[in-house]
Amino acid sequence: MMSLDLTAIRKDFPILDQMIYDQPLVYLDNAATSQKPVQVIDAVANYYRQDNANIHRGVHRLSQRATDAYEGARSKVRDFINAKSDKEVIFVRGATEAINLVAHSFVRPMLNAGDEILVSHMEHHANIVPWQMLCDEVGAKLVVIPMTERGELDLSSFDDLLTSKTKIMAVGQVSNALGTINPVKMMIDKAHAKGIPVLIDGAQAVPHMPADVQDLDCDFYVFSGHKMFAPTGIGVLYGKQDLLEEMVPWQGGGDMILSVSFENTQYNELPYKFEAGTPNIAGTIGLGAAIDYMNSIGIEALAQHEHDLLVQATNKLTALDGVRIIGTAEHKASVLSFMIDGVHPHDVGTIFDQQGVAIRTGHHCAQPVMQFFGIPATARASFAFYNTMEEVDALVDAIQKVQELFA
Amino acid sequence: MSAGDLRDLYQQVIMDHNKKPRNFREMLDANHFAHGNNPLCGDALVVYVKMAGDVIEDISFQGSGCAISVASASLMTETIKGKTIEQAEEVYQQVHKQMTDEDADPAILGKLEVLGGVREFPARVKCATLSWHTMHTAMESDHDISVTTE
Repeated sequence: MMSLDLTAIRKDFPILDQMIYDQPLVYLDNAATSQKPVQVIDAVANYYRQDNANIHRGVHRLSQRATDAYEGARSKVRDFINAKSDKEVIFVRGATEAINLVAHSFVRPMLNAGDEILVSHMEHHANIVPWQMLCDEVGAKLVVIPMTERGELDLSSFDDLLTSKTKIMAVGQVSNALGTINPVKMMIDKAHAKGIPVLIDGAQAVPHMPADVQDLDCDFYVFSGHKMFAPTGIGVLYGKQDLLEEMVPWQGGGDMILSVSFENTQYNELPYKFEAGTPNIAGTIGLGAAIDYMNSIGIEALAQHEHDLLVQATNKLTALDGVRIIGTAEHKASVLSFMIDGVHPHDVGTIFDQQGVAIRTGHHCAQPVMQFFGIPATARASFAFYNTMEEVDALVDAIQKVQELFA
Repeated sequence: MSAGDLRDLYQQVIMDHNKKPRNFREMLDANHFAHGNNPLCGDALVVYVKMAGDVIEDISFQGSGCAISVASASLMTETIKGKTIEQAEEVYQQVHKQMTDEDADPAILGKLEVLGGVREFPARVKCATLSWHTMHTAMESDHDISVTTE
């Protein structure tokens, strides 16, 4: 496999070329949000410079160009996740909104008191709270797939958790706090064998590995653009067409209707039924550009480089005294959560920042994971394909600086 | 700003109080207490106060947090123990002032001047003030009250 031309790639990300407190920026907070290549920035800017108009409604030229660009992005997403049809690609604000949409429009109408919703212990709050709210509303129960000390799902009793009461299983493909890659394909098969629909939270997966909703056979797949080099405020809900057809709309408004009178409203066809109001056109076009960019590098190639970075960083941190890696699953994406003995992660973050190294410290919106390990927070370094081996060294240097200061 | 300025934040006094926090204990006969939380960084502490008339006869805290929040809480208990409510309030005001401008009264602050290092680290000001807000809330109420800074 060809190795990446990192010099060329880094030139595409202007934000990376800057000094923080007189030291080069080392951006290792990609699991929080990724940086954007000029190709994405330009796509957004050029849309506003040349094509800005509302979509699906104007007869004028600009509206046509805007509509073409918006719908063109939908087709790019369809290919990116290997959906069968553009009708299965719904644009939303992000993974969070997509999960809330499915909770409201798919699960809520069929959820009764005593029913169960199955999630895992390592979910992001976005894949816990919407379900919890729904359970509270109807008196259903949130059931949790447990986790092991290594940060892998404990599937020893998985079959027993899939019951006749389970109305949906919602699990993350990759844990944002631990990096664990979960065996979702097998889990989906088992859930389907019992007739249970499955939502996969792919927010942390799509930047790192090929997504294939037909291969997974998941019923819903959600992700956010901003974690995969696209703008904030744009994300995707994939749903199987037959399920989406049956679902009630999420929000009412323009674009999601065919006709409105005070007696009756006829909803628009898919995917527009779920896209009320003028959407984030620029963000959607930016997402399309991000997909083009990832494809131009090759998702397999960027995944390989990220894996190399993870292995190198894991080996170096393991060799350091007084550093403990949180999340040591066999299969991981390029996320490295760690603790430095005797130092609170918040102090770690400040000292790193002074060396130009940007990481996330905190609970990563996954407080149940923190509770499991009995820690208030972790420091988390997360890599993207534009990171370098030298930046792994900067991470190690920064840890040693913390240890010196707190010695 | 260079990395050397970290020494302004993590001064010796801060590091010492973080490692060996003073008055770090539950107080069973406290007549005022309050919970303080910073949900974003996971800092969580309880401040206990025992009043005798308008004098703070004893003050202690428990919990977990970063070096700045633990040291600040420890320094706070050391400073205001034995003071009247009015004097403690004055210290509280000066500590706050110190976080935002340079013109706090060094005579009142004394050792607490080390907390001024957070001024250059805006993201950390809340770490330094959490215990003070919590103490303030504890004094104002004889109930169990939660304070949240974020």
